[in-house]
Amino acid sequence: MPNAQPIPAPRRPSCKECAALPAAGLPRAARGAGSWRRAARLSSICLLLAALALPAGAVEPDEMLQDRGLEARARQISQELRCLVCQNQSIDDSNAALAKDLRVLVRERLSAGDSDEAVLSFVEARYGEFVLLRPKLNAHTLLLWLAPALLLLGAVVGVLRRARRSPAPAAAPLTEAEQRRLAELLQREQP
Amino acid sequence: MIIELGHFALILALAVAVVQMLLPAWGARIGDVKLMAVAPPAALAQLTLLSFSFLSLTHAFITSDFSVETVWANSHTAKPLIYKFSGVWGNHEGSMLLWVLILALFGAAVALFGRNLPDSLRANVLAVQAAIAVSFLIFIVFASSPFARIPPQVEGRGLNPILQDPALAFHPPFLYAGYVGLSMAFSFAIAALIEGRTDAAWARWVRPWTLAAWMLLTLGIAMGSWWAYYELGWGGWWFWDPVENASFMPWLAATALLHSALVMEKREALKVWTILLAILAFSLSLIGTFLVRSGILTSVHAFAVDPRRGVFILGILTLLIGGALALYAWRAPQLRQGGLFAPISREGGLVLNNVLLTTACATVFIGTLYPLALEALTGAKISVGPPYFNLTFGPLMLPLLLAMPLGPLLAWKRGDLLGAAQRLGAASAISVLAAVVILALRWRGPWLAPFGIAVGVWVIAGAVSEWATRVKLFAAAGAEVLRRALGLPRAAYGGMLAHIGVGVTVIGIIASSAWRSEEVVILKPGERAAIAGYDLAFRGVAPRQGPNYQEVVALLAVTRDGAAVTELTPSKRTFAVPQQTTTEAGIYVGWRGDLYVVIGDEQTAGGWVVRLYFNPLVRLIWLGAVLMALGGLLSLSDRRLRIGVPQRARRALAPAAE
Repeated sequence: MPNAQPIPAPRRPSCKECAALPAAGLPRAARGAGSWRRAARLSSICLLLAALALPAGAVEPDEMLQDRGLEARARQISQELRCLVCQNQSIDDSNAALAKDLRVLVRERLSAGDSDEAVLSFVEARYGEFVLLRPKLNAHTLLLWLAPALLLLGAVVGVLRRARRSPAPAAAPLTEAEQRRLAELLQREQP
Repeated sequence: MIIELGHFALILALAVAVVQMLLPAWGARIGDVKLMAVAPPAALAQLTLLSFSFLSLTHAFITSDFSVETVWANSHTAKPLIYKFSGVWGNHEGSMLLWVLILALFGAAVALFGRNLPDSLRANVLAVQAAIAVSFLIFIVFASSPFARIPPQVEGRGLNPILQDPALAFHPPFLYAGYVGLSMAFSFAIAALIEGRTDAAWARWVRPWTLAAWMLLTLGIAMGSWWAYYELGWGGWWFWDPVENASFMPWLAATALLHSALVMEKREALKVWTILLAILAFSLSLIGTFLVRSGILTSVHAFAVDPRRGVFILGILTLLIGGALALYAWRAPQLRQGGLFAPISREGGLVLNNVLLTTACATVFIGTLYPLALEALTGAKISVGPPYFNLTFGPLMLPLLLAMPLGPLLAWKRGDLLGAAQRLGAASAISVLAAVVILALRWRGPWLAPFGIAVGVWVIAGAVSEWATRVKLFAAAGAEVLRRALGLPRAAYGGMLAHIGVGVTVIGIIASSAWRSEEVVILKPGERAAIAGYDLAFRGVAPRQGPNYQEVVALLAVTRDGAAVTELTPSKRTFAVPQQTTTEAGIYVGWRGDLYVVIGDEQTAGGWVVRLYFNPLVRLIWLGAVLMALGGLLSLSDRRLRIGVPQRARRALAPAAE
């Protein structure tokens, strides 16, 4: 059954890489609870400053940067990059080995002092435009980016043109027959 | 043997569907009552045959008959009974069979309850339903039969473990019932186009069926999102995944249809548009079904893996959607338009609703299919991910949410915007207050979130204000208020409840995405971690044997300010067939939000990766969806909408209801 797919198509495990999760064995001394609590407070501040939609991460403790500001930026960038071996997952969400490599790469570039844009174009140069979850604005995505505005404009123009063709009901005076019927009705209402 | 009988019943159902497609439509054309009368018994026969066919496949799954290819490929003897059952539709072939079964169910409903419909309308509607059934049955019989036999196997290949879950077991039936429910609106629209007219019975029929389909779709989508939240193990609940978009587009279209049908029923306006929307809503359901089923979303090339199916699918889509649209283009201009209205009016508000919802729907459509089209045309591969959808969908929803409380307060034909705004004084004060309070409490940001919450509060308060206005709360004596409250039609309560549900969902979405906190830590037994005011002590891990999996269960004791709160047991399950691991989150539901804990890998240096999340008010997302569905149910129970009840004294009542 080549294209037999369950509903909905499984995201995570459909990706072969994810099914056999690499045991991330790069050890780092487990930290004590106290430092973590402090770090938690700090990191929550950083994360709160970050964007509105913040999906959770697959990021491993050993990948994370010491610098909380850089780490927050790395998370942000990770959500913009596609895990190439998965089905529509960002590298921030994916457990695949490739996603992990990319996360580490992003952090390396950030540590080297790259700007966010520089990191994104560095990854794009290596993996192609497909890796960007936010399509770049260029000739072949122009229509994509303009579509919502054009559609809305088209719909509004369509509605307005129709409204002009069939003008709003004017308070036309009653015809003589209607006047008579009204008087008749009013008379009947009175006791 | 039972399988062969099921297969035979399926083929018979196809034959019956062909008859039901041709004879009644011909009868309606030449005005032959006998030919038209073929439709109802044929619809019932179809239901009987397909039920038998479906039951025979179910029997094969439950008895693990591995001489049937579908069963062998998707089931396993060690699977718990409920998943053997849900396995019937957890695969391509079985789910297609479920699809036509639900279609037959709706067709039978028209046959049984449609006695008050004009004969020719009923005949045409059932003929169109049969035409849909014929295309699907041909597809099933010739390109994806669930009854294919193979040499008997000892053991099956099992069902994908992440699908072995109660919420997901019932997600597809709800979703399909919603998709297929929209076929009713479609069939009625086509019948109206064939007859060249729409009458009162037409409008009265379309709305409840759309409402029912919309309700089921709402629940189906909510179930899927709820499943993604707790099962996929990172607490996300919406990913703008093409598969999700495939179900979201019909929902958006159905929501628009629901509102335009309202205008048509009450005011006879927007007829032509409503018919087009009914066609589009079901077309999106068809596209949704096939997008997911065909595998085209994974890659354009998956289409070529089984070209026969691909060609079938394209053929059905072209025939049904193209045919419907062609008929529309030909016949729609002949339909009489009625009911003029001023731009500022209830109708005007509903037109705005339709403009924004259809634009949003089209945006999702373009975003989902653009990469496929681009690759097919130019070979360039791009990704359209969540950043695109968040950027385009959000701005389209904002005006819709802001206008939502105003619409119901405007009068039909010509409304008073200023008067409506004045009646919403209290609602605007409450939402401004909400924004200020949240800004003060959450001064660290993000800055936009409090305004988002205020929009949600505005929608809820607006719906409550609508009720207060209609029952003259604060303006009339207590007895009068009570009399008015009891006198309001259930449909009015349903609408308000559904609007409140939207507000609740908005608050849940904003709060959970803006103020979510997370921690990734490595913990050894005895160590502790903290998040969002909770302290978690990691007690260690233990193995456990499940019915068809082995799992490693972690135990974490949760305390808050020294007081014990709960114990969480997140786990990692390893399934033998098919070989796969899944994560089961440990979730504690507090009134502030969910504490969500997932366990990761064991580290070579000792300790386990533990991911902690706190998702504030995340439950409101699904609570809102349930409220929306309840609103639909309430509205559906309204006497005026109940099938078969003639509209008594509607004309006399209408002015009083305003």
